Amino acid sequence: MPSGALFGILGPNGSGKTTLLRVLAGILQPAMGRVLLEGTDLRRLSRRAVARRVAVVPQETHLAFDYSVLEIALMGRYPHLGTFGLEGPRDVQVARDALAATGTIHLERRSFSTLSGGEKQRVVIASALAQAAELMLLDEPTASLDLGYQIEIASLLRDLNRQHGVTMVIATHDLNFAAGICNELALLRDGRLMASGATESVLTPAAIGALYGVEADVARHPITGRLIVVPTRKVS
Amino acid sequence: MPHETSSEVRRPMSDVGREPAGANLPSVRRRLIVATTAFGALACIACLAAPLVGPTPIHLWRVFDRTIAFRDNVDAQIFFIARLPRALAGALVGSALAASGVVFQALLRNPLATPFTLGVSAGAALGAILAITFPLALAALPVPAVPLASFAGSLFAVGIVYALATARRLGLSTHVLLLAGVTLNAFFSALILFVQYSADQSQTVRTVRWLMGDLDVATYTPILAALPFTLVAFAAFAWLPRSLNLLAVGTDAAAARGVDVLRTQRLAFFSASLATGAAVSLGGPIGFIGIVVPHLVRLLVGSDHRIVLPSSALFGAGFLVACDVLARTLLAPIELPVGIVTAMIGGPFFLWLLVRQGGGR
Repeated sequence: MPSGALFGILGPNGSGKTTLLRVLAGILQPAMGRVLLEGTDLRRLSRRAVARRVAVVPQETHLAFDYSVLEIALMGRYPHLGTFGLEGPRDVQVARDALAATGTIHLERRSFSTLSGGEKQRVVIASALAQAAELMLLDEPTASLDLGYQIEIASLLRDLNRQHGVTMVIATHDLNFAAGICNELALLRDGRLMASGATESVLTPAAIGALYGVEADVARHPITGRLIVVPTRKVS
Repeated sequence: MPHETSSEVRRPMSDVGREPAGANLPSVRRRLIVATTAFGALACIACLAAPLVGPTPIHLWRVFDRTIAFRDNVDAQIFFIARLPRALAGALVGSALAASGVVFQALLRNPLATPFTLGVSAGAALGAILAITFPLALAALPVPAVPLASFAGSLFAVGIVYALATARRLGLSTHVLLLAGVTLNAFFSALILFVQYSADQSQTVRTVRWLMGDLDVATYTPILAALPFTLVAFAAFAWLPRSLNLLAVGTDAAAARGVDVLRTQRLAFFSASLATGAAVSLGGPIGFIGIVVPHLVRLLVGSDHRIVLPSSALFGAGFLVACDVLARTLLAPIELPVGIVTAMIGGPFFLWLLVRQGGGR
């Protein structure tokens, strides 16, 4: 996968999207094969070393205790500090920049648990951003969000990709979300790769039919120019 | 859709919400120094003041009056020989229980967990009660049998729970830990009742007294016996706080931020169990310290474990010593077991916490 890409992983529930992300992040060991990060096997790197280069945004975040938004963002600095290290002014600066980049700097003193779903997701993305990793893996970043937040997260991810040069891998089952922001896609079914390549060439009615068992029209939106997918009926 | 990066202007009214105690961040270092100094001072004052309270009034200035020889200084004798061991036992037990409460709550990602949730205390109780009921078996040992047996019992329970939680070889499952702990607690309670059924009356009275939790140590010896285990556990705690912060966010999130999750969970589980086992063998299963203290501390200093853990250890020491003073004075000259006092304070507090959390989420 090239650096600077905005790469989508599509597939039905249970197709292995989340598992693939966990393997890519080095949280799970692959049963066979290996994950190479610029030529280095992930298994040869410590967790901390991986975390300095790969950040993960989980689907949902439930805190056991209440932390402030700034504290959550500062946790992204973990792999850059020693066991007994305390965050210095530079770490605070990086964390606040990350909050600013995700439009949540005005929330920095708020308690995380009082935020709305969209705000939470943006703060968690900020925390991953503070990790200063070149690769960010996102698991269903919009799954539990309503339409307004979905658009917000989509434009945020596009901005981060373009302006901050973050390479992203996004697992999602929202075809239109993926079509809207990803320049490359991989289709996953039953843990196997069905197709991958540029969004325009991969996202075809035939592929969607094979992936979900659904007849669908793929068209170009007259105003935005992006691909849109309209499912028409279920085929058994 | 445009993104305002610094949208102070557009800041909606709803943003002026509740701020957590950790929100007003000077630096972590400053907050750590302030909190540990304050709670440390509190603990020291409690340990110095507690021995002054008792049936015979003594004065602190006379205790430390170097012009009087120790064998002539009755105040100093009462202070150092009769009463200080009890205060120090309280400090040790209180800090161990409070700190391991913090660690267990983060490990299990459950604010209502206590040091006794995972069966450590039930194992300790079973050991202690076996030693009380069948004294002959252990009479040959040079050390007091009851604390030893209770410590062994706690290690036994820890071993079982750990073996169950790792049985499926998928790392350390906190769900299994929790369920195994709760089940073990119930099972050991049944065994305790069974042993009690076969005990005579004086043994039953001793058993019940032990279960209440009491700091009535006669000498420094049991404190010195528990101290090394507690110190080892506390040394392990020093490695944990930053990783515990991330575990509180989620195990996958922690792993993705560079935390070695399994190693952290193992270290947290064994060190907190060790501290709990040592504390229970010294003072019995004194309840609620491990949940009341961490929550009070979080209300005051926020949730950052780098501050919560040392603060809880210090505040736990002062808190239990103060509770013990209450236990000795409430119905004087009768001395209540301190476990009754902590339960009287802790029970309602626990319920308040439950309701408050239920409403807050």
